[in-house]
Amino acid sequence: MSATLKRREVVAQLLEGRGELLVVAGLGSTAWDCTAAGDHPLTFPLWGAMGQAAMMGLGLALAQAKRRVLVITGDGEMLMGVGSLATIGVQRPANLSVVVIDNERYGETGMQATHTASGVDLAAIARACGFGNASTLTGAGEIAALRAAIHGAPGPNFATVKVVVEKLPIVLPPRDGGLLKARFRRALLGAAADTQ
Amino acid sequence: MAATADWPLEIHRLLAAAGVGIVGYAPDAGHKRLIELCHAERSMRAVPLTTEEEGIGLATGAWLGGERCALLMQSSGVGNIINALGTVKECRIPLPMLVTMRGEYGEFNPWQVPMGQATAAVLEAMGVVVQPVREAADAPAAVDAALRLAYNSYVAVAVLISQRVIGIKSFQEQAAQ
Repeated sequence: MSATLKRREVVAQLLEGRGELLVVAGLGSTAWDCTAAGDHPLTFPLWGAMGQAAMMGLGLALAQAKRRVLVITGDGEMLMGVGSLATIGVQRPANLSVVVIDNERYGETGMQATHTASGVDLAAIARACGFGNASTLTGAGEIAALRAAIHGAPGPNFATVKVVVEKLPIVLPPRDGGLLKARFRRALLGAAADTQ
Repeated sequence: MAATADWPLEIHRLLAAAGVGIVGYAPDAGHKRLIELCHAERSMRAVPLTTEEEGIGLATGAWLGGERCALLMQSSGVGNIINALGTVKECRIPLPMLVTMRGEYGEFNPWQVPMGQATAAVLEAMGVVVQPVREAADAPAAVDAALRLAYNSYVAVAVLISQRVIGIKSFQEQAAQ
């Protein structure tokens, strides 16, 4: 079945009215998607660290148990750190959701096929690792429920959202890692973060 | 004697005193006791990893959330974290790493030697401060200094605990751990 969902629309819907949500955006297209939905100090967009987005979400979720944490990343990025699904499954953070925007391609390097294009099922892997909620979404009508789960369902939650292959204008967040870290910590922890 | 023989207990006490709330690890026989102590410590969350690289993401996310994270690994695991260390440097994430060495002092497995011999060099190439420990008696002071350097100066610091300190000399001894 070919995908029909558009990634920018999905991400914008997931981040709409985000409230106190903490977001880690995987490098490449998902970082541009999150920025297109609105640059925000409580989004940490990655420019490297491929394979580490879900683990950053875990570290954040363990450190901030009372806040909801969302990792939005791509299928190639998730595959590079697929063992982290097992690590998260062991920790079972109730406040963490991982959403893979899956176009079955490495979008930044020439649109080469990822393993999901050959049928590798990330939601099944997540389920087998202990994620209570793990599903593959293909319909526009399913995104509102995913957004609600991100904000309230006991996690860890996982969803793969199948999206169409498209080349979109790049919307860049700030590049300076030190700045991205400092603004995130200040927005989350207050001015005290600066002297911690 | 107790101070030198029980360096893992001393290190555990220092981690707790420094307010380290999350300890990520990939197992090593040399870290067996410290891992057990961290799991038993109520103020710490000990997080087993499938690969050491996951620890870099874990520590970065923890620091974004205001929590201190330290990592325990074997020297072979250092080879698994090199690219990810770029994030630590670019973002200035404080990161103490306690590395138990293989392939270094009286190694019995030749396959451990290449990475063990390269450990300090590759860490330094990625901007990590490297502090070797060759005597058990020196371990607590080195870890204390590493924790202060990491958290006060926002850098990655690796304490390399020599195979001489760990003292395992054969496969048989390792299996009996």
